[in-house]
Amino acid sequence: MRLKLAVSIVAGVSCLFAAATVCARADGLVDPSRAGYLETFKGKKVAFVPIAMGFDLAQAWSSQLAKQAEELGYSYVVRDPNWSTEAGAQALTQLIAEKPDLIVVHSPDIQSYARLLKQAEAAGIYTLQVNMKSAYVSEGYVGSDYNGLGELAANLIVKQCGQGSGKSGKVSIVQGVLTGGASVYQIEGVERIFKQHPEIKVVSNQAADWDASKAKAITQTVLQQNPDLCGVIGFWDGMDIGVGAAVKEAGKTGDVYVVTSGGGSTSACENVNNGTFSALISYNAMGQGRDLNTLIKALFETKPKPGTVKVIDYSPLTVLTKDSVKPDSCWALPTTTASK
Amino acid sequence: MPRLSQEQIVFVLWVVLFAAFALALPGFFTYGNIITLIRSVAVLGILAVGMAIVIIGRGIDLSLIAVMAVSTALAFTLMTQGYPIWIALLLGWAFAAVIGMIIGCLIAYVEIPALFATLAMGAFVYGLGRYAIFGQDLVPLPPNDSALEVLGAGRIFGVPIPILLFAGFAAGVALFLRYGRLGQFVYATGDNFAAARISGLPVRPLVVLQYVFSSIVGYVAGLTMATGVTLMNTRIVNSTLLYDVILVVVLGGISLSGGKGGVRNVIVGTLLIGTLLNGMTIMDIQYTGQNVIKSVILLIAIVVDSIMNPRDEQTTQQGDI
Repeated sequence: MRLKLAVSIVAGVSCLFAAATVCARADGLVDPSRAGYLETFKGKKVAFVPIAMGFDLAQAWSSQLAKQAEELGYSYVVRDPNWSTEAGAQALTQLIAEKPDLIVVHSPDIQSYARLLKQAEAAGIYTLQVNMKSAYVSEGYVGSDYNGLGELAANLIVKQCGQGSGKSGKVSIVQGVLTGGASVYQIEGVERIFKQHPEIKVVSNQAADWDASKAKAITQTVLQQNPDLCGVIGFWDGMDIGVGAAVKEAGKTGDVYVVTSGGGSTSACENVNNGTFSALISYNAMGQGRDLNTLIKALFETKPKPGTVKVIDYSPLTVLTKDSVKPDSCWALPTTTASK
Repeated sequence: MPRLSQEQIVFVLWVVLFAAFALALPGFFTYGNIITLIRSVAVLGILAVGMAIVIIGRGIDLSLIAVMAVSTALAFTLMTQGYPIWIALLLGWAFAAVIGMIIGCLIAYVEIPALFATLAMGAFVYGLGRYAIFGQDLVPLPPNDSALEVLGAGRIFGVPIPILLFAGFAAGVALFLRYGRLGQFVYATGDNFAAARISGLPVRPLVVLQYVFSSIVGYVAGLTMATGVTLMNTRIVNSTLLYDVILVVVLGGISLSGGKGGVRNVIVGTLLIGTLLNGMTIMDIQYTGQNVIKSVILLIAIVVDSIMNPRDEQTTQQGDI
């Protein structure tokens, strides 16, 4: 009898436990932060003013920004000035009047937008800058440390063409638009390293306006004058395809070390694989998009007074060469945004 | 003192520059560098030949670069989508021809001034391209169709194909203008539209033909430029290339008021620009400095011309800029 009772008690208790576990599974726990978190983003408006939407970097950033806006239910608009600084300044002025909560700005050069960014701050709008820095930094900058990127590129060249390499040490530099943040900061880093290495001779330092055909014409002339050219530093992969084409046409692929940098889209990796670029310094534009999203969330959650915080978030840089490039080293845009 | 025409002044200027560079810059006067020099302005020269025909007919084609970029981008996009290479090329060609025809009709039949018609159509064509054809500024040549690279990067007997294309276009157009009946008609309409019309020339179809021709030249130039770097940079529409083309044509001595000049003027203008760019790149002069020097040389050419050939009531034409 007693045994029977004990058995049934044990059975009953274990039943109870089992039931409780089931209940607990159904109930779960509410994360106390969640409601407030989601509430933070209701009715918010984020705007993006790139230099232009028609290239891989802007499309990568925008696809990330749009994705988070959709997930968190805030509105997101893009104003595309299509390479016109005036149109960009106008779009910014218009946006300041419309008073969104946050503007992500991609500055064409270090001066043009500086005053407008101050105005936005005075109007109580957060502004974040991406990849090209303006002289005035507002809440934050997400992008490459171009001084550091220049150093990195120069060091890659020094390794290939410097002392003990047995090469001529002749180097050509192909810049973009001279006043762009990517050019002014990068050339400083390059020149600082080259100064420490007198064996490196810069035989040409020209601007090609981010245009591949111009980069090709310049490189052809330089190669003609200096058949023993050892390396080229280009400032953007979209332009440096022209550098690679000139090297290839001269039959010197592999002899001339071409260093370039960019956002790391799949076409750039293809060009590393086929030898157009010897080394690609990638600042991973998709990652930068995610960094922007993180800063946006942080600003909306902590609500600092505009102008009181400044966050510099330099992107990690990866050097990709034929040996180190892997199938997942580069990104492709999600198909929905790739076509537009 | 013999009067020199603008073309001769520019030619003399070119000879002086060329000689100076040849003496001062080691490696300038070599076969390889001369080829590189011409190669770097071959596309500019092809475009200028197309523009020259229109300007001789007293028009102007401000949509040339937009048509060039968009028709080439269309061909590349179709190749990427898997169309056979020749169909894609044919459709790009047809696109350029149709746009040229529309522009020509707007000018010849709707009688919109060429300046406005081509300005508007240029913006329209680029907008259409951005909206419907390509989402990115850089339109790549798909790797499977890399056979096409021969056009922009290949050589025949050691001479780059773009140079041969430039030479071919220049020779063809020179013969057409000098010996072709239609070519003579182009001069006639450009010199005096009303008189040409009263004489019974088919002036309207002739105008349409000019713009169809310039658009197709734009397409060929676009293919040459883009296959040389395996991508079409459609952002070129926003660059100063269009003005460089007009500059080469006008610098060489083709009057914007029409009816004058020929292919020789284009070649002289192209050579001067090419020599300047090449020499300054060898000297490693910075970009901004290059622009200053380029402008000063051009100003010199214009000033010398206006001193040697002063304008008066007899030489000034209506419509002179």
